[in-house]
Amino acid sequence: MLQQAFNGLVGGAFYALLALGLAVIFGMLGVVNFAHGAFYMLGAFGSYILLDHFGVGFWAALVTVPLVLGLAGALLERLFVRRLAPLDPLYNFLFTFGLALILQDLVKREYGVQSQPYPRPEALAGTVDLGLFTYPAYQVFVLAVSLVVCGAVWVVLTRTRVGMIVRAATERPELTRALGIDVGRWVTPVFGFGIALAGLAGVLAAPMRAVNPLMGADLIITVFAVVVIGGLGSIFGSVAAGFAIGLVSALGNLYVPALSQTLVFILMAAVLLWRPAGLFGREESPS
Amino acid sequence: MPRTDLAPLLEVGGLSAWYGEAQVLREVSLRVGEGEIVTLVGRNGAGKTTLLRCLMGLQGRYSGSIRFRGTDIARLPAHRRARQGLGYVPDDRGVYSTLTVEENLTLPPRVGPDPWTLPQVYQTFPRLAERRAFPGTKLSGGEQQMLALARVLRMGARLLLCDEPTEGLSPLIVRQIGEILREVKRQGTTVLLIEQNVHFAATVADRHYLLAEGRVVESLDNDQMRTREHELLDHLGI
Repeated sequence: MLQQAFNGLVGGAFYALLALGLAVIFGMLGVVNFAHGAFYMLGAFGSYILLDHFGVGFWAALVTVPLVLGLAGALLERLFVRRLAPLDPLYNFLFTFGLALILQDLVKREYGVQSQPYPRPEALAGTVDLGLFTYPAYQVFVLAVSLVVCGAVWVVLTRTRVGMIVRAATERPELTRALGIDVGRWVTPVFGFGIALAGLAGVLAAPMRAVNPLMGADLIITVFAVVVIGGLGSIFGSVAAGFAIGLVSALGNLYVPALSQTLVFILMAAVLLWRPAGLFGREESPS
Repeated sequence: MPRTDLAPLLEVGGLSAWYGEAQVLREVSLRVGEGEIVTLVGRNGAGKTTLLRCLMGLQGRYSGSIRFRGTDIARLPAHRRARQGLGYVPDDRGVYSTLTVEENLTLPPRVGPDPWTLPQVYQTFPRLAERRAFPGTKLSGGEQQMLALARVLRMGARLLLCDEPTEGLSPLIVRQIGEILREVKRQGTTVLLIEQNVHFAATVADRHYLLAEGRVVESLDNDQMRTREHELLDHLGI
């Protein structure tokens, strides 16, 4: 039971990283990034390709892949997302959705649909004694990285001027511009950062999950549910809901296996009935 | 009488605005002199809020000229207008719930030559000092209004654009806001104010523009405002 709960937290670590990226992008740009799962998949494939073609290992991939994907995300925002932003939100919805399909199929064409192997880094191959049970060291590492990254984002958001501007622009973009802040200047780095987080989650996933072109599409549906449960645009809510949903779905797996696929969505429906703006969401403010 | 002896800080000419196909402002022209307090009076839907949004650069579709301190700002994005010295106090007060009271105050950059310092703000608004670490929206309505005013004073804005700061507040708070506006004026700051409360408008402002159906229909001074109070209240439907 405890071990299953821990599995849930590790699963939640991925949800949290992905939901955090989605939440900052949605909050700041009002764009629901349907390509988020594709960037997660690219993160995993990025580290696979680095190892397979160039012999570059996990630790280097952990740094370079998110960095490169983050830059690609920033470029994407500059070239496309920004141009579509003044139009109906539907255009960016279609754009990111189409982009996800294109990225998936490009990878599929090159590597097929079967999963690629990716070894665990040697330093984390063993197990760790957690007192009550022993646990694979790599999974503990994933959980730790996710907690540290989410914690660091939290500190930046709450304790720095940049964080204050991002919070303000997320809550009331128009008012924030009227108070003399060039919100547009912060949009590109925030978008790139969100994509980098998806890439990081992908790199972390490579050694413990199947690396295949559809890995992102499968996961991202759940992540959308996580973001909705946490409250669209609520940064704290998305992280908290990420870990909570990981935990709930792992325990659900244990006790009601028949519901394992649908539990998250039942939960989402229940939360929305109870609090339409999500657990930590704000009611739509007029303006 | 419009006080033409004062150099106009703000000069609006032929301003028209639309929401979709509906025209909400029609060729509005007005002037606000340096150091004046001017109110926009008119019933709901007359276009007052739209006019302030046009001045601030938040309105989607509009045409006409907006000269502020001698340069046309009609094509500038909102944040550059703020940096030129426009201080916006929106109709819903615009207090951030994800920012503390102090962060709400320090978010905007300093734009004017003589911005209020934080201690100065806290001395004038002791309630904000007590609650500086609280989320902005944990304040009462009146306190949030004080916060919104204090924020643009700390920016050092030269022209405050206030969208109905007294709406829904108790007479005591309304009196306080009146005192603050007079103090602001003594320091040389200019205010363009939307106000439904004719009585309040006449006690704080120098002049008034009456808006109806997107047009400026009259320019009034305080005496005219007082002698025609009943007629105006009738017109406003209050």
